[in-house]
Amino acid sequence: MSTDYGRLFVTIGVLLVWTLMLPAQSVAMEPIQHWQLDNGARVYFVPAPELPILDVRVVFDAASSRDGTRPGLAELTNLLLDKGAGGISADELASQVEGLGAHLGGGSLRDMAWVSLRTLSDERYLQPAVKLLSMVVTSPDFNNGDFERERERMLVAVKMQEQQPSSVASRAYYKAVYGEHPYATPPDGYQESLARIVLDEVKAFYRRYYTGSNALVVIVGDLDRAAAEKVARQVAGGLPKGETAGQIPEVPPVRFAAEERIFHPSTQSHVLVGAPGMRRGDPDYFPLYVGNHILGGSGLVSLLSEEVREKRGLSYSVYSYFSPMRRKGPFTLGLQTRNEQLDEALEVMRSTLERFRSEGPSAQELEAAKKNITGGFALRTDSNAKIIEYLAMIGYYGLPLDYLDTFNDKVDAVTRDQIRDAFARRVDPERMVTVVVGGNGADNTPKHDSAENNAGD
Amino acid sequence: MRVISCCLLIFWSLCAHAETRAHEFELDNGLKLIVKEDHRAPVIVSQVWYKVGSSYEHDGITGISHVLEHMMFKGTQRHAPGEFSRIVAENGGKENAFTSRDYTAYYQRLEKSRLPVSFELEADRMRNLLLQEEEFLKEVKVVMEERRLRTEDKPTSLTYERHNAVAFTNSSYRTPVIGWMEDLESLTLSDLEDWYQRWYAPNNATVVVVGDVDPEEVLALAKRYFGPLKPSGVAPVKPRGEVRQRGVRRLVVQAPAELPYLLIGYKVPVLLTAEEQWEPYALEVLAGILDGGDSARLTRTLVRGQQIAASAGAGYNLYDRQERLLLLDGTPTASHTVDELEQALVEQVNLLRKELVDSKELERVKAQVVASAVYELDSIMAQAMTIGKLETVGLDWSVDRKYVERIQAVSAEQIRKVAQKYLVDERMTIAVLDPLPMDTAPAGRSGNQGGAHHVH
Repeated sequence: MSTDYGRLFVTIGVLLVWTLMLPAQSVAMEPIQHWQLDNGARVYFVPAPELPILDVRVVFDAASSRDGTRPGLAELTNLLLDKGAGGISADELASQVEGLGAHLGGGSLRDMAWVSLRTLSDERYLQPAVKLLSMVVTSPDFNNGDFERERERMLVAVKMQEQQPSSVASRAYYKAVYGEHPYATPPDGYQESLARIVLDEVKAFYRRYYTGSNALVVIVGDLDRAAAEKVARQVAGGLPKGETAGQIPEVPPVRFAAEERIFHPSTQSHVLVGAPGMRRGDPDYFPLYVGNHILGGSGLVSLLSEEVREKRGLSYSVYSYFSPMRRKGPFTLGLQTRNEQLDEALEVMRSTLERFRSEGPSAQELEAAKKNITGGFALRTDSNAKIIEYLAMIGYYGLPLDYLDTFNDKVDAVTRDQIRDAFARRVDPERMVTVVVGGNGADNTPKHDSAENNAGD
Repeated sequence: MRVISCCLLIFWSLCAHAETRAHEFELDNGLKLIVKEDHRAPVIVSQVWYKVGSSYEHDGITGISHVLEHMMFKGTQRHAPGEFSRIVAENGGKENAFTSRDYTAYYQRLEKSRLPVSFELEADRMRNLLLQEEEFLKEVKVVMEERRLRTEDKPTSLTYERHNAVAFTNSSYRTPVIGWMEDLESLTLSDLEDWYQRWYAPNNATVVVVGDVDPEEVLALAKRYFGPLKPSGVAPVKPRGEVRQRGVRRLVVQAPAELPYLLIGYKVPVLLTAEEQWEPYALEVLAGILDGGDSARLTRTLVRGQQIAASAGAGYNLYDRQERLLLLDGTPTASHTVDELEQALVEQVNLLRKELVDSKELERVKAQVVASAVYELDSIMAQAMTIGKLETVGLDWSVDRKYVERIQAVSAEQIRKVAQKYLVDERMTIAVLDPLPMDTAPAGRSGNQGGAHHVH
């Protein structure tokens, strides 16, 4: 080790000691900074100088809602980005990243596909790490051998899902709620669709969707604006401008109450009940969010937990949630219970929803929910890892930059009437699907009200 | 690569120096308090750790520590069942609890001014729990559902549970944290009362607070709320170390599944039991050589190179209370059998016994360790967990401060030595999940999961 390095690190060390020894006084998250690269990529940045860490995430509108006739294509494309890039093999790339102590990750769901990097923020690690991220984002190799192998691994992962009742239920549930809409298919695809994908489709998908106009760069960490600008340019500046991904269709409503029962050799039945719920930026967002918090979104103190778990001991986990997405994400209620008591549990869950929908929350329940949400607000942004999640969400869905600043006021402004009204308009038990996966042998044959039977409702 | 790692070490020692801000106190009643400042956000995490978990249990009452953890939310003389959670919620808090082999712990994450809420409630249930029959009968059913969810219906968890039960003969690590179903069915309220009286006392507890606090103020609060609690005579847990294994052990777990699965465990020492202090650190690095990221051997060789495994992993934890297992696991690709995967994994182990690991490989693992220690500072929960865990298994929390340094000191020779000494047939147990058709009827009651925490 040379003495130069030593001096450098002493300097950093002194700075670090200084920042960590500031008086016991914490500041709120710094304001979000936003700008755009020449190729259209939008950048969101929050400085976080307390720890010598940098987090970068590059998000693309390139997830499974873009799969078309090839469910699994978006995820496979995303998986292949770091399996060889810029002429460097997957092995060598992983070695270089990990030799720096950095973490390179990625993922692809229904709306967002992303690549992420966490590295020490000192230039000596940051520079080479950012360069590797840039290669992964802008010049993946898509070698045939890597393609074949990763596709095979996805096939095994899909098979693994088929042995877990929770995954079987989730996949069937999205299909039942979304029908022909792009949200219906699982991000990791089906065995048949994965088998049909060819490498050229992956390359075409990458060219179409991994572009500047379709990208978001999110940065949180120990660097200043000028350094953040440089990082953003390095990471995503090399992407062609391309085109935005275009609209995905509105979600059609569920038209009747359908029930699907799928046999699984499990001791429990997994239940999911729901329908399309709301989108990000929805005008009913706050009444629905706060209302659901009371119904099934607040852990052990929720109404569903009280009725199903605390009063009757029917399930370990029972919940409801809205998953706001670009288009209406699902509103879902779920539980798991021993096969023999499925009907009882389902009945309690449904009647709890019905009651909440007709009566709304009590004044006391609403007050308690507001206190929980606003009183715990500081917990939402107490780490760089959480801040970057919010940045990605705000950026991707085009929410206002002061979204977090106004959050508590909007929660506080929600009234009982607004919740009752929003639930009456937006949640209709007569138009919800029910999926049950479990070992109730007698129900091996589907006894669901199928689309055909009920088309006239 | 070496240069980078050296620099990382210096970097870390400077970080570590700045970051050493944990303060340790002991109240007159024996309660330990450890406070670590982190002023990045106006929040705290408050945890209470008890020295009790499944490894403190005996046959017939397995799972009792975890059931008691559930019952801790069911009321005291002062608070009705469920009120604990409602008060925490109204104060903007998030709460949970977890039980493991060597500890049971409870936590709240709160805005910083609400710390007294946590202390008041935790002090109350430390000594004044009201165990009621009606609540117990419901809650034990919830735990049975939890067992079905986590273990019965998960073929890989089932394999893990059975593997563990075969690997150990007399060690109290043999039983699952969540307990055997039959033991849960026969558990009584008076069993729970005894268990609570035996272990829940200030002199068997450690309170850990990390966040935007002043240690002296936290101490004053702790004295106010926990100080008045009476200590009790907590008898030390009896040693339940494992007898020497005599030859390799094998088992087959048959369950409805789509894919086979392989699990191999080697009995290895932990920091508390090791003859030589460096051995557990060498084992830690060895596990990193196998599975410390995408460039590590299992992924590079078995997944990408030979393509025998669709996934493969290795894991070891040096901070357990008793000798535990270094685990290797994997799922074969469609074109390979579970036998071929076993051979490939054993070959990787043999390689570690025969050849010194490459210096670049070693530096890479060390670089990851150093950087991860910095990354951990981003989470106050993770910082508190490390402190609580160490303290509760009987290691000093400050042992973690030496972790990076001791990992850095591990040599290629030491890795080969621990491989030769511990990764041998006489310490090995192999489990294979043999998939039954998926149209098989549910098995009714039988067993499976382990490892991870059982969260309330």
